[in-house]
Amino acid sequence: MKMLINVPETVVADALRGLAAAHPELTVDVENRVIVRRDAPVAGQVGLISGGGSGHEPLHGGFVGPGMLSAACPGEVFTSPVPDQMLRAAAAVDGGAGVLFIVKNYTGDVLNFDMAAEMAEDEGIQVAKVLVNDDVAVTDSLYTAGRRGTGATLFVEKIAGAAAAEGMPLERVEAIARQVNESSRSFGIALSACSTPAKGSPTFDLPPGELELGIGIHGEPGRERRAMMTSGEIAEAAVEAVVEDLQPRNPVLVLVNGMGATPLLELYGFNAEVHRVLAQRGVPVARVLVGNYVTSLDMAGASLTLCQVDEELLRLYDAPVKTPGLRWGV
Amino acid sequence: MLDADFFRRWMTATAASVDREAERLTALDSPIGDADHGSNLQRGFTAVVAALEKEAPGTPGGVLTLAGRQLISTVGGASGPLYGTLLRRTGKALGDAGEVSAEQLAEAFRAGVDAVMTLGGAAPGDKTMIDALVPAVDALGDSFAAARTAAEEGAVATTPLQARKGRASYLGERSIGHQDPGATSSALLIAGLVEAAGE
Repeated sequence: MKMLINVPETVVADALRGLAAAHPELTVDVENRVIVRRDAPVAGQVGLISGGGSGHEPLHGGFVGPGMLSAACPGEVFTSPVPDQMLRAAAAVDGGAGVLFIVKNYTGDVLNFDMAAEMAEDEGIQVAKVLVNDDVAVTDSLYTAGRRGTGATLFVEKIAGAAAAEGMPLERVEAIARQVNESSRSFGIALSACSTPAKGSPTFDLPPGELELGIGIHGEPGRERRAMMTSGEIAEAAVEAVVEDLQPRNPVLVLVNGMGATPLLELYGFNAEVHRVLAQRGVPVARVLVGNYVTSLDMAGASLTLCQVDEELLRLYDAPVKTPGLRWGV
Repeated sequence: MLDADFFRRWMTATAASVDREAERLTALDSPIGDADHGSNLQRGFTAVVAALEKEAPGTPGGVLTLAGRQLISTVGGASGPLYGTLLRRTGKALGDAGEVSAEQLAEAFRAGVDAVMTLGGAAPGDKTMIDALVPAVDALGDSFAAARTAAEEGAVATTPLQARKGRASYLGERSIGHQDPGATSSALLIAGLVEAAGE
């Protein structure tokens, strides 16, 4: 497996140095692995902190900036960050209004953020947490760690970020973040496995003529394997899985997300099929985002996230945002 | 009686075996996890050994709490908090004593394992590190060697189980037929006791 890296051990640090070089509007602490918006802390504004394993870029470091995250904590590839990182981030962004931890539902992320929350509260920082768990592929939540957090993370970070930027108090920002999560569902499809730098080869074996339905974002296989399908058939499976679970009554935000190695040509084609199926089902579309936002290294494939929005959520979604990975209205 | 030096040797022996077995742990983590268990633990135990060289605590409890803190600060993932809590809570239970008996270690280790079960919410049979640690604790009163055997057998016995905790749980029935990497690394930790005792 050929990769554009030096050695696996420095992949994350090298990427952070590059992020810093490309985005002087961010403060990047390469040694301690914390990315902070340069004007932090903003007095009186709730600080939004997220983080998780690296390998999902632009999530989360690429979403740091006005209107979205105040700070991000990248862990090793596919490994959650450690509490020390979140504690540093909390200290850096707390402007007196407290901080909100946005946590994807993986055991490692949950445990490390929980420990960090305890430590931050010991230091007098007010902390609230919201868990993102939007993946409908995980059905049997009683006997698993629960639904995974995937594409909805972007919507939670964007919309809660706008709420924080408007100066809403911590309880309100937390409630909005929770509402976005509860209004969102996702479903992922892999056409190929990804390769982690440490392993250097695909994390699971997926023959050329087959695909995986219901995958997560860590190179873990899905729950079902099928013979290769067309873009239209995949869109039908994905929309059905999401809509059956979400039962949307309001217009939806649509995220057609690439997993890292699928070209935009294919993603736009897939988006066309998603729209066809949504129209057939009578689901109105409010806004659409197509691109690589919550990736899984070099995995080929896509995920679909729908988030049903009321007027307030849509207004906050449309609010200005200025980050390396998401930017509009500025 | 076991002194601080014994506990330092325990950590060093575990670090060495994690180093040796890192690739195997990662290979076990590949079909049901995300292929990094070996490299993550390797990073953590390397930090543990470095910290113990820098400041050598004078008590068994001190050695384990320092080691636990290092794991929490360097490993990440679920393994960091879980292994970190295991060692920290065991260390705390040992208190300030300069030397402890094997019985006291067994009792403290049970407190550590209980803390891991509370934190991770896993019970025996969920296909996690608990499946190696619980049998090891039960055998620890007999001898370190018995605990090692029990842990190894516990790890092997995870193979036919369906995972109900951690990332492997997302695979449902497809997690069956793979030995759990966390139970496997837990068996290495227990085997480190035998090495530290020079048995």
